[in-house]
Amino acid sequence: MIQALLKFEFLQNAFLAGILIGVIAPLLGVFLVVRRQALIADALSHITLAGIAASLLMGKYVTSWQFVNPVYMGMGFSAVGSLFIEQLRKVYKHFEELAIPITLSGGIGLGVVFISLADGFNSDLFNYLFGSVIAISRSDLLAVTVITIIVLAVVILLYKELFFLSFDEEHAVVSGIRGKWIHIVFILIVAFVIAVSMQIVGVLLVSALMTLPVAASIRIAKGFKQTIFLSILIGEASVIGGLILAYYLDIAPGGTIVLLSAIILVIILILKRWQQGKS
Amino acid sequence: MTNTNMVDATNVSFHYGDRYVLEDVSFTVPKGAFVGLVGPNGSGKSTLIKIILGLLKPQKGQVHLLGNQVNKFQQWSKVGYVSQKANSFNSGFPASVFEVVSMGLTSKLGLFKFMNAKHKKAVYDALALVGMEAYSDRNIGELSGGQQQRVFIARALVSDPDFLILDEPTVGVDAGSTSEFYNLLGRLNKENGITLLLVTHDIGTITDKVTHVACLNRTLHFHGETEEFEQFNESDLSDFYGHHVHVLNHDHGHGGV
Repeated sequence: MIQALLKFEFLQNAFLAGILIGVIAPLLGVFLVVRRQALIADALSHITLAGIAASLLMGKYVTSWQFVNPVYMGMGFSAVGSLFIEQLRKVYKHFEELAIPITLSGGIGLGVVFISLADGFNSDLFNYLFGSVIAISRSDLLAVTVITIIVLAVVILLYKELFFLSFDEEHAVVSGIRGKWIHIVFILIVAFVIAVSMQIVGVLLVSALMTLPVAASIRIAKGFKQTIFLSILIGEASVIGGLILAYYLDIAPGGTIVLLSAIILVIILILKRWQQGKS
Repeated sequence: MTNTNMVDATNVSFHYGDRYVLEDVSFTVPKGAFVGLVGPNGSGKSTLIKIILGLLKPQKGQVHLLGNQVNKFQQWSKVGYVSQKANSFNSGFPASVFEVVSMGLTSKLGLFKFMNAKHKKAVYDALALVGMEAYSDRNIGELSGGQQQRVFIARALVSDPDFLILDEPTVGVDAGSTSEFYNLLGRLNKENGITLLLVTHDIGTITDKVTHVACLNRTLHFHGETEEFEQFNESDLSDFYGHHVHVLNHDHGHGGV
């Protein structure tokens, strides 16, 4: 495998992109989970698909558009979708979770229309549904790298504000924190991370990478920083382990990554149970 | 504005539609005082606190906080606040006691700034002040209600405030911890010189701790030093509460709040 990794550029792209996503997806996932917004990832991934379908559709009519990476249009849709969710959550103050199904179904509706206009599925689109490691290009890798740098910068610089807002929003605002702006910045970086993670694990599985590692670490971590650290560790183990397994067993990498993180979650739950039973 | 009052509220009225929650309330918290704001449930206590904190805008009247108009107030790190809902956080939230108390430094530090050794020491000092330093590594959800309440006081104290507002902080805390808690507040006021405003519906337990009492039920029924309050005769007091009991029953009968 090492030899193959040195030889094939696509494998290098896949591993490097996977390692970066293994950091940023669980990192933002921690904040989403503790704020009970885990499903936002699902809503945004479906909006992203609509953007990618729109980009592929445009490529059909405008030849030069074919050279534009569809991920960028996906990111644009995802960003608009994230702001839309924030707005809806304000409109339905007492039914905040309504924002999720509205955006999710809207995204699928839009995506299906674009796909039908483009005369149905082609293999490109299929790659985005379930993820395709082979399809990751150098330009995709560049996009993931840039987004990783932005996400790390935002989370490090706004860490204490994000933490406080997640724990107790009302109190944070009383203390003079500008919650509204920080929310918008946060939801935008979530949108970007989802758009770039899609190529590895696909639309249908991207939210798993943001939530499963967190679900596992939250059971065993002491404190918030440790939860973040463990989530990233489990995310990395799933991505790297999943890619290696997929290579040797010749199975779909996206699914393998997600299954591996689900297995880690189950093992942690069982160990925790066993430990509690002992004491 | 005088500098001797932490809070100066003049002729404050607040209403939802034509239902008055507060009517022409003038209320002060002198520097160094320990003010008990008492009143039955639904008397407008929490509304008054929200107005003092600038979360709600009164339709009439003015509020000054530490000598500044509240809507222009900036020095939030000088005001500590422990809300009624402090205990209603998601108890599965993975935050250690240390991390919860550090939140209290967020606005003092300001954007893009990090905690240094001095700030960490301030967190441990605040925990020591409330007797919780041994728990700094525990997750907040693992503690009892009374212990959590102490941690939230520590969070309010860590930014070294001059003024602490506590909105029914003992809801959901057992009786033993409650009296210990009031002792802690008494010490903070006397030994650390922190001005306190404590909101409670429980008049009896606090009269030996507070320096001033204010009785609120839509309007301010009494506002003065504790000794005067003790002479405030019983029939006045039962008037104040009795009237309310009637209102509550009435509301229940109509499926109201």
